[in-house]
Amino acid sequence: MTAQNLDHAPAGALPKARTGIAGLDAVTFGGLPAGRPTLICGAAGCGKSLFGATFLVNGATLFDEPGVLMSFEETDRDIAANVASLGYDVAGLVAAKKLAIDYVRVERSEIAESGEYDLEGLFVRLAYAIDEVGAKRVVLDTLEALFAGLDDESLLRSELRRLFAWLKERGVTAVITAERGDGALTRRGLEEYVSDCVILLDNRVADQITTRSLRIVKYRGSAHGTNEYPFLIDSEGISVLPVTTAGLAHDTTLDTVSSGIAGLDAMLGAGGFYRGASVLVTGGSGTGKTIFGAHFAAAASARGERCMLFGLEESPSQIIRNVRSVGVDLAPHVESGVLKLSSARPSLYGLEMHLTLMYRAIESFKPSVVVVDPISAFRGPSTEVHSMLLRMVDLLKAWGITALFTNLTSPGRDDATDHGLSSLMDTWIGLHDLESNGERNRGLFVLKSRGMSHSNQIREYVLTSQGVRLIEPYIGSAGVLTGTARLTQEAQERADHTARRQQVEKRLRKHQVKRDSAERQMAETRAALDAEAAEIQRLADEAEQREQDREADRAALSIARGAAE
Amino acid sequence: MTDAAQSGERYVLRLFVTGSTPRSVRAIENLRAICEAELPGRYELEVVDVYLHPEAAKENQVIAAPTLLKLLPTPVRRVIGDLTDHDRVRYSLDIVKNDGTAQDPFASFGGAPSDKP
Repeated sequence: MTAQNLDHAPAGALPKARTGIAGLDAVTFGGLPAGRPTLICGAAGCGKSLFGATFLVNGATLFDEPGVLMSFEETDRDIAANVASLGYDVAGLVAAKKLAIDYVRVERSEIAESGEYDLEGLFVRLAYAIDEVGAKRVVLDTLEALFAGLDDESLLRSELRRLFAWLKERGVTAVITAERGDGALTRRGLEEYVSDCVILLDNRVADQITTRSLRIVKYRGSAHGTNEYPFLIDSEGISVLPVTTAGLAHDTTLDTVSSGIAGLDAMLGAGGFYRGASVLVTGGSGTGKTIFGAHFAAAASARGERCMLFGLEESPSQIIRNVRSVGVDLAPHVESGVLKLSSARPSLYGLEMHLTLMYRAIESFKPSVVVVDPISAFRGPSTEVHSMLLRMVDLLKAWGITALFTNLTSPGRDDATDHGLSSLMDTWIGLHDLESNGERNRGLFVLKSRGMSHSNQIREYVLTSQGVRLIEPYIGSAGVLTGTARLTQEAQERADHTARRQQVEKRLRKHQVKRDSAERQMAETRAALDAEAAEIQRLADEAEQREQDREADRAALSIARGAAE
Repeated sequence: MTDAAQSGERYVLRLFVTGSTPRSVRAIENLRAICEAELPGRYELEVVDVYLHPEAAKENQVIAAPTLLKLLPTPVRRVIGDLTDHDRVRYSLDIVKNDGTAQDPFASFGGAPSDKP
C-alpha cells in the first residue's frame, strides 16, 4: 500500500525523507520534507520522543541516512534503554558512526546570566555531531526545555529562528518535538518557526480506553492525508494505519469459496460465497455463529488457504475446544500454520487500536480468508463502531480477502444489525431460533447474497458431532415444520402409510386365499373328471374286449356249426 | 556564602568563547578585570574557543556563548553572557568583596533568590 501511494506521488514534487514508519509514509505521500524541519507536537506521553528516535534509527538502518539526536530531556543512557525495548540497538549504531547522541543539560539553578549571550554553543555542538556521522537527519527533543533554562525569551526566540534557518541551510531533515499547549499547537509557539510540516499526536481517553492518533496539521508544498489516523506503539515500534486509503476500487471475481457447509453452499446460487466477499452471519445466542465461522475457516484451511480468525469473546484454545465438540477440528490447521487464531478482549483497546492491530496482523500473515467473531463485541458510540467496521470491511475488500463476520443480534431485534452493517455486506445469512410446541429449533436463511440467486427457504439445521447439518425441509399440508413437530408429522405420515400398506396387504392375502381355494376346487373337479374319463375308458375297453370275445365265440361256433352241416 | 575569599581558596575557571567576536573579547576582558580585582594570584583561567574545540562544548554542557564555568571551589556554577554585570558575576561565583561582605545584587529586593543549592 505504501509503495502504491509512493508511486502515485506526482513527479517533481517536494523531495521527501521516508520515515520508515509503516503508514506514515503513505499518509504523507512519501515521508517528511527532506532538508527541512518538521514539528511534532503532542501532550506528554504521546510518543513524540519515540517518533524522533524511530525516524533516526530507520534512517540509519533502512535508508543509509545517519542521524543526530539532540536530547534535552533524556540522557544518552536513558535513550538507549528506552528504545532498546523496541529492539533498536542504539549503542551499536553509535559505535558504527550511524547515530550521534548529544544530551543537552539545561539546569536553571546552575545558570546565571550576566550580559549578552547567544546560543552559539548549541550550534557548535550540533554542527560537531552532524559532522561526526555525516548526518542527514536531526532530531531535537524537546527544544522547549531551553525556555525553562534561560531567562531571556526574546533572545531565545531570535536564536531559535536562526537555528531553524541554519538547519535548512545545512540541508538536514530535522524533527523538532514540542509540548502541546493550551489552545495552541505548542506551549511556546514553536509552530511559528517551523512552518514546513506540522504533525500533531494525540492520546485520547474515551470510556477508559486510550486511543493514540496522529494528524498532519500542515504540510507545505505537498498533498497529505488530513484525517486523524490511529497509530500504535508496541514491541515492533510505531505503526500508523492509513485507514481511509481504502477505496472502492477493488477487483471482483466470479470465483467462489465454500462456506464449509455443503447444504449452505447449495442454497447459494453460485455454490458458495464469492471470493473477496464480505459475509455476515447474524443470530441470537446459541445459534452456532462461531461454529459457522469455524466451518468456514476449517474449509479454507483444508484447501490450503491461509486463514485468520479473530476471536473477541473466546481465547484460541477455547474456540478450538468448543468447535471440536461439533466435529470441526481446527487444531491440525493451527499446527500446520495455515490457520492463525488471534484473541483480544474488545475492552482491551480502543476501536482504532483494534483496527490497527488487525491491520498489522493481516498485513504480516497475509491470509486469504478472515473470520471476525463477533463484531457485536465492539462497544462504543455507534457512529464510531460503524466507521471502524466500515474501514475494516473496506480494507479486507481492498486486499481481496473473503471475510466472514458474525454478529449477535438482540432478542426482539431480529433483522436489525446493531451497527447498520447490512449495506456493507455482500452476503447475509440469518440464523434464527424457531420457537413452537415448547421447543426451540434452529433455522437458517439467506437474507441476501449479492450477485447470485439464492434459496428463499428457511432451512432447519442441527449441530451434530459432524458439524452443522442442514435438514431437508419438510413442506407439507401443515406448512413448514421443524423439530419434533416435523418428526411427529413425519411419524404420522409413516403410520398412515403403513396402515394403508397393511390394508392392501390384507386384501391381497384374502384374495390369495380365495384364489387358492378356487384353484383347489378346480383341481378337485379336474381330478374327478379325470377319474370319470378313466372309468369311461375302462368301460370302453371292456366293451371292446367283450365284442372281440363274442366275435371269437361266434367264429368258433360257425366253425363248429359248419362241421356239423 | 562561603568564606572563599578570606580562606584564600583557589579558583579554577573556564571560559568558553566563540572565536574573537566582540562579545567574546568583552567577556574575556570583563572576567580578567574581576579576577585581578578580587582574586589576585589565586585563580586559574582557561579560555576555550568552542569553534576550535567543539568536543569541549559537548563535554562541558555548553549551550550559550560566552559561558563561564566555575569548576572550583565547588559547587560548580555557570554564568552565561559577556559578564558586563560584574556584581552579578561576583555573586554567582561566590566571590566575597574585599571589605568582607558578599555582594548581593538582590539585596534591595529582600535577599537572594532561593534557587541556590
